[in-house]
Amino acid sequence: MKTVIRPYGDTTGDGMTQVSFTLPLPHDKKAEGAALQLAAKMGLEPAMLVHAKQMGDGFTFFVIYGSVRHLVELDKVVVVERDFPLLTAKEVNTVVKQKMRRKLSVVGACIGTDAHTVGIDAILNLKGIAGEKGLEYYRELKVVNLGAQITVPELVAAAKAEKADAVLVSQVVTQRDAHLHNTREMSAAFREALPADKRPLLIVGGPRFDELMTGELGVDRIFGRGTTPREVASYLVHALITEKAERKKAVAA
Amino acid sequence: MSSNKLGLDPALVHRARALAAKAGRPVVDMARSHTTVSVERAVLRLAGVTGADPDGIPWVNRLVDAVRNDVGLGHGVALPVFHALAEHGLDPTAAELTLLAQKAAAGSVRFDLPTGKAVTAAKKASRRQVAAGIKQIDRNRADRDRMIKRYGDPKQRPWIYLIVATGDIYEDIPQAQAAARAGADVIAVIRSTGQSLLDYVPEGATREGFAGTYATQENFRLMRAALDESSKELGRYVRLTNYASGLCMPEIATLAGLQRLDMMLNDSMYGILFRDINPIRTFVDQRFSRQIHARAGIIINTGEDNYLTTADAVEAAHTVTVSQLLNEYFAHEAGLADWQLGLGHAFEINPELPESFRLELAHALLARELFPEAPLKWMPPTKHMTGDVFRGNLLDGFFNLVGALTGQGILLVGMMTEAVVTPWLSDRDIALQNVRYVLGAAGNLHEDFVPAPDGFIQRRAHQVLDEAIDLLEKIEDDTLLNAIADGTFGIMKRPAHRGKGLDGVAKHDDGYYNPATEILEAPAKEEQQ
Repeated sequence: MKTVIRPYGDTTGDGMTQVSFTLPLPHDKKAEGAALQLAAKMGLEPAMLVHAKQMGDGFTFFVIYGSVRHLVELDKVVVVERDFPLLTAKEVNTVVKQKMRRKLSVVGACIGTDAHTVGIDAILNLKGIAGEKGLEYYRELKVVNLGAQITVPELVAAAKAEKADAVLVSQVVTQRDAHLHNTREMSAAFREALPADKRPLLIVGGPRFDELMTGELGVDRIFGRGTTPREVASYLVHALITEKAERKKAVAA
Repeated sequence: MSSNKLGLDPALVHRARALAAKAGRPVVDMARSHTTVSVERAVLRLAGVTGADPDGIPWVNRLVDAVRNDVGLGHGVALPVFHALAEHGLDPTAAELTLLAQKAAAGSVRFDLPTGKAVTAAKKASRRQVAAGIKQIDRNRADRDRMIKRYGDPKQRPWIYLIVATGDIYEDIPQAQAAARAGADVIAVIRSTGQSLLDYVPEGATREGFAGTYATQENFRLMRAALDESSKELGRYVRLTNYASGLCMPEIATLAGLQRLDMMLNDSMYGILFRDINPIRTFVDQRFSRQIHARAGIIINTGEDNYLTTADAVEAAHTVTVSQLLNEYFAHEAGLADWQLGLGHAFEINPELPESFRLELAHALLARELFPEAPLKWMPPTKHMTGDVFRGNLLDGFFNLVGALTGQGILLVGMMTEAVVTPWLSDRDIALQNVRYVLGAAGNLHEDFVPAPDGFIQRRAHQVLDEAIDLLEKIEDDTLLNAIADGTFGIMKRPAHRGKGLDGVAKHDDGYYNPATEILEAPAKEEQQ
C-alpha cells in the first residue's frame, strides 16, 4: 500500500481541495487578496478564488479551490481501531446468557445541561438508528435510559440502584468544552463512590469527543460519530465478559 | 384560506375538535383549582416587585418562599403580602413591596392570612397594584400596533424566523440586527440550555450562557430596543421571540408582556415530555402564561416539531395533529385568538424513505387545512441532518418549498450546519439565500397547488386525521394525564406524580385569591353573561 497520498480532485495526486471561510472585511480586491493569502498559508497553492460574497457591512464569504501541497503520511496516522469482534444481537444475547447467567445491566443518560438525547436514544431506544435496533431490543440486556439533563449524583445513584454493569453517557451539544468537564466530573464521581472492582464500565459518546482521550477523561471507552448500537453491545460483551474471562485465566495460569 | 384542498370531511374535523376539548377539559379544571410558586411570583412581578438579593435570587422568589413557609400557597400570595404591607405601615407600591420582600428574606416579617375587613382591603390593594402591571402590558400592545401601522408587516408570508444564540446579549444584538437586515422578520434568542430547569428568572443583562442567552427582563428590554431601531431602519416591524417554558413559564410570559416581546414559544406539553417537568405544574403554569400572552397580543409557538425528533415522523404524524388540536383547545380556553396560534409542525421524515417529500406535503397541508386562520410555524429538518452540509442545504430547500406550497405562516430558517456547530455568519447567509430563492421563485405556488382528488397526498392526509381521531378517542377514555404517563407523545413516559417542580404546586384553598387571574378573566366573564 502507498504510504503517502494527496487529496483527489479528478486526477491522482492533484491535491485538489475546496474550502470556504469568512473574513471580517468588506468585499473588494484587497479582501480577495487576503483570502488568497490565507489559502496559501493553509498550503493551497495555486488557489482559485471561485466565489466571494459580502454579508452585511464588514464580512465576506469566500469559496476557494486549490491544490494543497501537504502530503498525508499514512504510516503516521493514529486512530482507535475496533479491537473487539462485531457480534449480532443473537450472539450478544447468547454470550450474556451463557457466561453471565443474568441480565447485563446498562444505565444511560445525557448529563449536564445537554438536552439533546438523540445520541443516547439512538443507541438505547428500541427504535435504534439506521435500521439497527437499540440496546433495549437485546433480550439479555436490561436498559434504563434516564434521559436528558441528569446530574452526576443522580446518575451515580441510578447506576448503584440498577447495579449497572455499564454506564453510557452521551454529550451532543457542547460549548467551551463542557462535554470534557462533564465527563471528567462523571468519572471522578464514580471513582469516589465505588471501589474499582464494583465500578461499572464507563462509556461516553458524542460527535465532539476524541476517541483517544479515554485515559485523560477517566473512562473506559469513547465512541465517536456514526457509532451503532451493535458496536456498543459488542464492546460491552468484549469488555465485561471476554476480557474478564481472559484476565481470570491469566491469573490462574 | 379554508379551501379544503384535501377534501376533508367537515364532520370528522368537527369530531376531532370535540374530542380534543373533551380530553382537555379535566386538565383545565385541574389548572383552575391549583396554583404554583411561579404563578404567584408572576403576580408579584405584575405588582412591580423587581431585583434580586446579592446571590442573584430574585426578591419575588424570596417573598413567595417566605409566604409559603408561614401560611402555605393555597390562598395565593396576594392576600398575605398586601395584608403584611398594611400591618407594617408600608404603602402598596412597587418600591415598598420590594422592601417587604427584603425584610421577609431577613426574617423580620411574619405572614398571616387576613380576616374580616382586612381581606377586602388586601384584595383591593393587590388588585390595584397588579392592574398597574397589566396596564403596562396593554400599553405595550398598543405600542406594537402603532409601530406595525407605521412600519408595516413583512411583505411576504411566511415570515422568516431566525435564531441567534451567542450566550452574550451584547453579541446577540448586532447579530440580530444583521439578521434583520439580511431579511429576518422574526428574531428568536435561544435560551441557555438548562434555564428551563431553573426555578427563578436570572436578573440583569447577561454575557455568559451555554448554547444560548439567558432570558431576563433586562435582556428582553435591550433586544427589543435594538429591534425597534432595526424596524425603523428597515421599514418593517421586526418581531422578537423568546421561550415561555420550563419552571418559570408564567414569569417569563409576564416579563415578555412587560417588555413587548411579540412571540413566545409556549407549548402545552413540551416541558413535561422533554424536560421532565411535572405535568400538573406545567398545565397550571401554562394556563396562566397563555392568559398573559392573550392579553399582550403575543403569538404563541407550539412545539410539535419535537415529537418528530424522538419518534418516527411518519409513524407519529398523527401525534402532531393531536397535540395541535390540544394546544388549540388550551389556547382558546385561555383567551388566545386564532391569529395568535403559531401551531408547530416539522419537516422530519427520513429523506431516504420513498415519497418522503409527498408525505411531508400531505402532513403540512393537513395542518394548514385544519387550522386555516392560525399562523402555522413550519420547522426545518434537524434529525436527518447528517453533517453533510451540501445535502443539508438541498434538504432545507425542499423544506422551504413545502412551506411555500402549503402557505405556512412562520418559517424557521433551516441551517445546513444543523447538528454540526451553532450557526456561523456564513451559514445563516447561505440559509437565507436558500429561503429567498425558494420564496422568490415559488412563493405563491400554493395558489396553483391542489393535490389530485383521492391521490397519494389526499389519502395520506385522511389517514393521519383518522389516526389522530383514534388516538383522541383513546386519550378521552384514559384521560390526558394517563396518556402522557403512558408515553403517548414523543415516546416519553411522564406520570403525573413525578417530574421536576411538583413541590411548587398547591391546590387552592377556600378563599384563594389571585388579582391577576381575576383581571385577565374579567372580559371573558362579561362575554358569558
